[in-house]
Amino acid sequence: MDDPRRTAADLGTDHCRRPERETVAHPTNQPVNNQAAPSIDGGGPRPSRGAASKLLRAGVLAAALLAACGRPARERASGDTKPPSPSGLVASNGRAVATDGQWVRPTGDYAGTRFSGLDQINASNVRGLRLAWTFSTGVLRGQEAAPLYVDGTIYVVTPFPNLLYAIGLDGTLKWTYRPQPMTAAQGVACCDVVNRGVVYDAGRLFYNTLDAQTVAVDAATGREVWRARVGDINIGETVTMAPLVVRGKVIVGNSGGEMGVRGWLTALDEATGKVAWRAYATGPDADVLIGPGFHPFYPQDRGRDLGVKTWPGDAWKIGGGTAWGFLTYDPELNLLFAGVANPGPWNAEARPGDNKWTAGVFARNPDDGQAAWYYQYNPHDLWDYDGINENVVVDLTLGGRARKTLLHPDRNGYLYVMDRTSGEVISATPFVHLNSTLGVDLRTGRPTENQALHPSTGKVVRGICPAAPGAKDWQPSSWSPRTQLLYIPHQNLCMDYEGVEANYIAGTPYVGANVKMFAGPGGYRGLFTAWDPVKRRPAWQLTERFPVWSGALATAGDVVFYGTMDGFFKAVDARTGRLLWQFKTGSGIISQPTTFRGPDGRQYVAVLDGVGGWSGAIVAAGLDARDSSSALGMINAMKDLPQYTTKGGSLYVFALP
Amino acid sequence: MTRPIRVLALALSTAVLATTSACKRETREFRGYPPSANPGSVVQDVPLAPGPRQPEVTARSPYEHNAYAVSEGKRLFGWYNCSGCHSHGGGGMGPPLMDDEWIYGSQPENIFETIAEGRPNGMPAFGGRIGNDDIWKLVAYVRSLSALDVPQDVRGGRDDHMQYKQPEQEENPTRPKRSTLPPAATQP
Ligand code: HEC
Repeated sequence: MDDPRRTAADLGTDHCRRPERETVAHPTNQPVNNQAAPSIDGGGPRPSRGAASKLLRAGVLAAALLAACGRPARERASGDTKPPSPSGLVASNGRAVATDGQWVRPTGDYAGTRFSGLDQINASNVRGLRLAWTFSTGVLRGQEAAPLYVDGTIYVVTPFPNLLYAIGLDGTLKWTYRPQPMTAAQGVACCDVVNRGVVYDAGRLFYNTLDAQTVAVDAATGREVWRARVGDINIGETVTMAPLVVRGKVIVGNSGGEMGVRGWLTALDEATGKVAWRAYATGPDADVLIGPGFHPFYPQDRGRDLGVKTWPGDAWKIGGGTAWGFLTYDPELNLLFAGVANPGPWNAEARPGDNKWTAGVFARNPDDGQAAWYYQYNPHDLWDYDGINENVVVDLTLGGRARKTLLHPDRNGYLYVMDRTSGEVISATPFVHLNSTLGVDLRTGRPTENQALHPSTGKVVRGICPAAPGAKDWQPSSWSPRTQLLYIPHQNLCMDYEGVEANYIAGTPYVGANVKMFAGPGGYRGLFTAWDPVKRRPAWQLTERFPVWSGALATAGDVVFYGTMDGFFKAVDARTGRLLWQFKTGSGIISQPTTFRGPDGRQYVAVLDGVGGWSGAIVAAGLDARDSSSALGMINAMKDLPQYTTKGGSLYVFALP
Repeated sequence: MTRPIRVLALALSTAVLATTSACKRETREFRGYPPSANPGSVVQDVPLAPGPRQPEVTARSPYEHNAYAVSEGKRLFGWYNCSGCHSHGGGGMGPPLMDDEWIYGSQPENIFETIAEGRPNGMPAFGGRIGNDDIWKLVAYVRSLSALDVPQDVRGGRDDHMQYKQPEQEENPTRPKRSTLPPAATQP
């Protein structure tokens, strides 16, 4: 089986060649052999090759020896033929390779697998997992971020006011950075004032503030290195996503699809914060960065200026297509994969046409932003299904053929397996109960809409499944190369929907729909699905009372972690889904759990509590459930959440005793 | 017209006349006065004032007893996308307006100020974009959401839209409470 730990050695990236990079000092007791760029840890599972792999094995051995020193005997003894998780590895070209002992970006690796090679905590001992310490962030809104771990320090970013904390592995605060975003930004953030995380690279931390600034902060001192204003709250732009830092660029995208913004993805120079390129999601090809290198797989995506022609009049200028999800990257193809969010307004009658390039995915070259291909999950999106969800870079053998794929659980309810070199849909299979579409036509790549559920102005259409947040919203899934399963945290919601006229006033919502959501068949609102993309069916599935709004984390110990909105942090068996361990946190969990190995050789698991987000706004923002259209209709499905949890915002760190 | 029909018409019109005159007629002011023109209209934004207690003077909202204005306020509430942020009173990006908690005060003038001047945690300033007269209609509608001093027969009835909440008419009058800091401002 491919081991993602090998890939990094093969891949390396040009990152490391950059001369201006600072070198980070590492404590000597740490089994880490980072060189210029400690954060590079390449894409998903890919076979290793030749000399590199030999050297790699040597490195693994060395690391294993080193790592073994500080470890309890129990751990050492557990060793099978598989070496312990690699720490510092050096590829044949002398480039540094990261270690999965660290966690340097929310997605874990560039591939977005959120898989950790650490196996000290495993299916047989996880039941002994204990709380090591907690840290209160002092912010009581929805905490969606991932705690990072780099060189002995944990980094956490809060929702607005976007404080950045550096915390030692003993739980002591090292420094706090306060970017002081404009308070007014809170009024234009559609679905709570969340932040999805900070990214570490080469001694610096990069993240976005709600009022649409990107900041670079010195990881050692907490001093601001640069800040760049990327958007304008006066036209409804905010930024909530975690950037992708790759090849000297910090890539960010805007939020505000419910405010009539024009979506974009922007690359800033990592050293200075200067804009390197900006790719809009709508408008003429030149704005979208579509050029001669653009080769979409399906014919409907070919032609000039489709970002204008698939809209009525100037509607593309306020047509949405934001980029607030997780970006993934394949160093071998040098392509990043960026989901594009919904077109605006939700009321689709205001925008006849396919509304390109919204509700789909772009493959782009991170160096110049040029699009390589595009695929539209939801042409002329009728139900706010977006296309924003993550595209996990995974290699699969399908029908006896090795394929470079993307795994994408879409809001529309289909799990897409796509060819990431071309944008071809290899399969699209429902992973939740749905009725809004009747299937995806693999010949044309288009979903077949259920005409009976077409919304229109003044008409109430009942029982549309999935609801507007889809079968799965932002909450990121995790891929285990060991089990070959994708662990998807998601929801089972349906909705009643009435189109109403939308009136565009810059800086105010541009939606045009009354929505009322409720639990789908079965009555449970949350699901946690282990999906087999080859067999195209779930290996197992768990139900939860509330939408599973947290991310998933899979480890080499064959344990999968996730949190629930009623405040349980759970570890389940990666192969069976059996609940192995759970811990009751103060508030509900909607964040991204991570794991890492400290200098003491112990594996830690970290997660933030703090309910909120779109689904938790009833608690975080104190909404009134008597109006079931609140929070864009989400509240109707979440009326009982306040009976289960209250606000919070603390970091929890766990370890074996 | 044949005789029986004429009789029927007469009976009907008498009935209509009887019902309309039985209702309490609302007085309609055609020109509202902006609050700044009301001398001495001091509305305290906090329940704490220095020195001897002064009588609190409340600005009179011109439309609290005017069903037409309240229904206009409701239309404007959708028109100016208030509903985008506050939903139909339950809140979303903005706080709920149908509950009894008021961050910036529940008096008509407090709400007028909120709408016209905006509030720091993301309430846009609509002054200049919405005329004062329409702001007063919005004020009356916003107050009708929690049945604050707006009589039942003035408050809105059932919507033509999808039913997302009970009509304002059926809302029980609330006693406004001052909210602590807005939730969003809870920050270290
Ligand atoms: C872009 C989103 C947005 C729009 C549009 C909006 N509001 Fe608000 N509103 C807010 C936010 C956010 C607050 C809370 C401000 C604060 O806490 O400082 C607020 C506060 C208020 C309050 C004060 C509530 C209290 O408890 O004191 C009232 C009243 C109000 N809005 C009415 C309106 C009306 C009427 C409109 C339309 C003319 C409107 N709002 C449009 C976001 C919005």
